Amino acid sequence: MTNSPLTPGIVPGRLPAQSYRDNFADHTPALDRHEAQVAADRCYFCHDAPCVTACPTAIDIPLFIRQIATGTPEAAARTIWTQNILGGMCARVCPTETLCEEKCVRETAEGQPVEIGRLQRFATDTAMARDLQPFARGASTGKRVAVVGAGPAGLACAHRLAMKGHEVTIFEKRAKAGGLNEYGIASYKVPGGFAQREVDWLLQIGGITVKTGVELGRDVTLDQLRAGHDAVFLGIGLQGVNALRAEGEEKAGVRNAVDFIAELRQAADLATLPVGRDVVVIGGGMTAVDAAVQSKLLGAETVTIVYRRGRDKMSASVWEQEHALNAGVRVLHNAAPVRVTGNGAVETVEFAYTEDGPAGLKLSGEGFTLKADQLFKAIGQTLAGQPEGLPVEGGKIAAAGPLAGVWAGGDCAAGGEDLTVTAVAEGRDAAEAIHRALTAA
Amino acid sequence: MADLSSNFIGIKSPNPFWLASAPPTDKEYNVRRAFQAGWGGVVWKTLGSEGPPVVNVNGPRYGAIWGADRRLLGLNNIELITDRPLEVNLREIKQVKRDYPDRALVISLMVPCDEDSWREILKQIEDTGADGVELNFGCPHGMAERGMGSAVGQVPEYIEMVTRWVKKYSRMPCIVKLTPNITDVRRPAEAARRGGADAVSLINTINSITSVDLDGFAPEPTIDGKGSHGGYCGPAVKPIALNMVAEIARSPETRGLPISGIGGITTWRDAAEFMALGAGNVQVCTAAMTYGFKVVQEMISGLSQYLDDKGMALDDLVGRAVPNVTDWQFLNLNYVAKAHIDQDLCIKCGRCFAACEDTSHQAIAMSADRVFSVKDEECVACNLCVNVCPVESCITMVQMPKGRTDPRTGREVGDYANWTTHPNNPAVGRAAE
Repeated sequence: MTNSPLTPGIVPGRLPAQSYRDNFADHTPALDRHEAQVAADRCYFCHDAPCVTACPTAIDIPLFIRQIATGTPEAAARTIWTQNILGGMCARVCPTETLCEEKCVRETAEGQPVEIGRLQRFATDTAMARDLQPFARGASTGKRVAVVGAGPAGLACAHRLAMKGHEVTIFEKRAKAGGLNEYGIASYKVPGGFAQREVDWLLQIGGITVKTGVELGRDVTLDQLRAGHDAVFLGIGLQGVNALRAEGEEKAGVRNAVDFIAELRQAADLATLPVGRDVVVIGGGMTAVDAAVQSKLLGAETVTIVYRRGRDKMSASVWEQEHALNAGVRVLHNAAPVRVTGNGAVETVEFAYTEDGPAGLKLSGEGFTLKADQLFKAIGQTLAGQPEGLPVEGGKIAAAGPLAGVWAGGDCAAGGEDLTVTAVAEGRDAAEAIHRALTAA
Repeated sequence: MADLSSNFIGIKSPNPFWLASAPPTDKEYNVRRAFQAGWGGVVWKTLGSEGPPVVNVNGPRYGAIWGADRRLLGLNNIELITDRPLEVNLREIKQVKRDYPDRALVISLMVPCDEDSWREILKQIEDTGADGVELNFGCPHGMAERGMGSAVGQVPEYIEMVTRWVKKYSRMPCIVKLTPNITDVRRPAEAARRGGADAVSLINTINSITSVDLDGFAPEPTIDGKGSHGGYCGPAVKPIALNMVAEIARSPETRGLPISGIGGITTWRDAAEFMALGAGNVQVCTAAMTYGFKVVQEMISGLSQYLDDKGMALDDLVGRAVPNVTDWQFLNLNYVAKAHIDQDLCIKCGRCFAACEDTSHQAIAMSADRVFSVKDEECVACNLCVNVCPVESCITMVQMPKGRTDPRTGREVGDYANWTTHPNNPAVGRAAE
């Protein structure tokens, strides 16, 4: 270790080797069998349970928790996977505090919901450790389906199609399958290569071919896919990143947070990953939090999230915000960047305070300047790289049958929040729709 | 602090909490620890005849059932009476009683069903200084196979006969411990009274198999692949014990016979309930075996606070609920109540709805936004919704005042009237003819 948190510039190795291991270990450790039993006992087995309604994939939560409580976590896992084949990942990354757990009646009763996410992880981990496969590939239909994008939507779609007996080819532009599960989620949420393990496990159903390094529009066109397949599913995510629209954002040291997160996830040795001494993150969502917290964990001296609106408008949940604060990240609200200064590379960022009025956001005359040698942009991703001729609504591909024989789901498609679990639900439902269409004739 | 000092059939103790005859009272070491912790008395674990002591199994003696968070709700055992030599027990009893003269020390006895055996054992315990004897006619496992324990307790004539012998050969107060493994607990209690018993204690344990090993296919606890029924105790048996205590307390044949209440007593509240149903004191075992002797301290403080809050003396509590235990036929059929759901307390779990809709009277409505409300025109006030609701006091049964019309029956709420005068009662019909 030659550097420290105080070393100026963007440098690697700010921490001793052990710190990287500690900092990026499982931030919510798995429940052991006893803990799971205790947690499961708290479920009231509600009628028409609010948690199920709150789950985008509508997992039968009371049933799977009861199955854990009665000593059959494998049956619980099957209940989960019936609705959500990526239940293992969702158990780790779902913002349960704004979904199932927020609606848990014990949250109402005592401000302490049943730990649904952790119980889901217990069930799926237990079953995956035994290499159990809940479903077999259906008898071949002879139909071929192309899935573009091996993210949560594409994988969920492909798996459900394989269950129905269709032959699926997934086209993925990156080197690995997994999409945001592999490239877009903070390391400490999915340690131990879980995303790849889950992909490998899921593909065991058979009937799914994954072609990586194939990009839609570059290596293959939508028309070619339509010509060669009976149906096409687009799960291409949001590949564009919003610009700051602040003067000087082209300076060195200014970077998209999603690229930083992806690089971090793929780094073999975190000690080789450079990070600034003073890091500023612009944005208010989970990407901002993930980039900020991980910068801190890599040894940055100061990390500041600046969000242009008030705290209540942040799309990162309260839990995520507290997670950032606990990690030592400073969070500033109601300020927007107006200028990035520095001689070639960023040195400071100038902000103006904002006023959130009925006419929209207005910059005030007041402001402040933050020291920064690294600036991350996390102000939202946008649809990009979609094929020509697809109807787009509200910046997303219109979900319902955009073209004959073409379906879309996940972040790229209209409807639902941009969450892994929503993508899984949309991929799954698209597969059901495709199956109906292919077998209707 | 209310005065908890107790006088049960002339046996004095600083509080009404005794340890029942069981493993916790097997030897001097335990009993001293119990007295140090504050127990008012003990019934020393059952002594047998002189000679080679009984032997116990060398595998598991206990089985259990659990509630949420592995809270022990029921315990079952196949342990026999003391397996230590009689003279050792007698020596220890004498030493402990000498050191703790203010505590109750009662000796539990079980010997073969003949007059000589009983005369002999009574002679041997005479100079221990013990305060009384308890006749173990309840133990349902092992000893019963040898014609003792519940094998005696299940035959009222034997109970009467042995009790007579005990009263004939000893001046000590005599408590007869009853088995619940019978159809009508009043019969053995009446027999004990006829034999001259000073009191009865109940219940002893209930025949049980707590669980089955689904890999080994044997009842648990399992000894070398086999299992035997054991005696069930702990919180799970309390309702059964309360009923049996109440039956003896209110029966004309046994009314006034002192009762030492036993069966799943875990907290002061349990103890107070037994006493309200007529128990003069209580005996505890499973709670101590689960949590240790210290639990008595909560029982003492709790009962004391309760009596203070009520402005009652301990004696005022004993039997206070007995007049309100009645037969079904005397219940007021003109008492009408309706469930009421407190919307502020409701957490919208919907269990009341599921229970009522699926298994009862379809008397709870559920709106699209999960508001649950009672349909008075369907509600029979069965109380199931109250019982399944996870929130205390969220659902209550509200009495309809006299003169109001019950929307379910269309009838006005009237004065007290029970089954004995109800027109649907065939007996009433015949009388009218």
